[in-house]
Amino acid sequence: MTTTINDKAQISLPSDTEVRVTRDFKAPRKLVWQAHTEPELFQRWIGGYPGWSMPVCEMDVRPGGKFRWRWRSDDDGTEFGFHGDYREVDAPGKMVHAEYYDPGDFGGAMPTDNPAIIRTTFTEKDGITTLVVSMDYGSKEARDAAISTGMTDGMETSYDRLDKLVGEQRGG
Amino acid sequence: MTPSQRLDATFAALADPTRRAILARLAQGHASVVELAEPFAMSQPAISKHLKVLEQAGLISTAQDAQRRPRKIEGARLAEATAWLEEYRQFWERRYSALDELLGQLQAKPPKSKRKRR
Repeated sequence: MTTTINDKAQISLPSDTEVRVTRDFKAPRKLVWQAHTEPELFQRWIGGYPGWSMPVCEMDVRPGGKFRWRWRSDDDGTEFGFHGDYREVDAPGKMVHAEYYDPGDFGGAMPTDNPAIIRTTFTEKDGITTLVVSMDYGSKEARDAAISTGMTDGMETSYDRLDKLVGEQRGG
Repeated sequence: MTPSQRLDATFAALADPTRRAILARLAQGHASVVELAEPFAMSQPAISKHLKVLEQAGLISTAQDAQRRPRKIEGARLAEATAWLEEYRQFWERRYSALDELLGQLQAKPPKSKRKRR
């Protein structure tokens, strides 16, 4: 029997307040865990959007430990970020963290007062690690806002800007 | 209905295995209520109830045939719901492609040889 690998992110809506992302990686789960918990590694993949830098990536991964992530647009310097605390840390299989959106001067429709509870599990089989990220926003409105706007829009805007910039350079 | 209300109606309609099975059947072509009720251990009125929910969500419609009143699938509403999630999915996929790359680099160079800069 061969193991199939779902190496494309899959999205599901398990309840009215949740969204779940599932993805397989060709790597042992210890390594996938490290990439999620060591700031210098985390920054290398999550911070790498064209047009954005990640000037702040602090994380103290232990129960009660805090984290702070901040992105900055290369274009106009607008910033936004997330901060919160780790609620459960069970290396290298499971972690739960509470995440607050910090709109900075960037804005967005995501609520800032209630945290999203993010449960991440890492399971390994035949050298393939399955990552399941379940994000509970506490209400349907907040969940939908997170899917529709927030970071997605921000990054898309950034891509649009980049496209435009490239177009202008070519045209000029 | 606002786009957001339309999405609500679509996902509410899809949150039922019978209705999803009906949609899967209609994806293969028109079918009458009798034909749709056949594979289910359900009365026709029960099936009609599900059809009403799907119709109100704009996922199906009744084709022009006064006799059989066959139902047909309406792709636009489903596509709208898919597009909403697809953008979000691509957002994560971009992140995870970057993670794939990092994991590849880390495995090519075992982390054992942690170099210390002096």
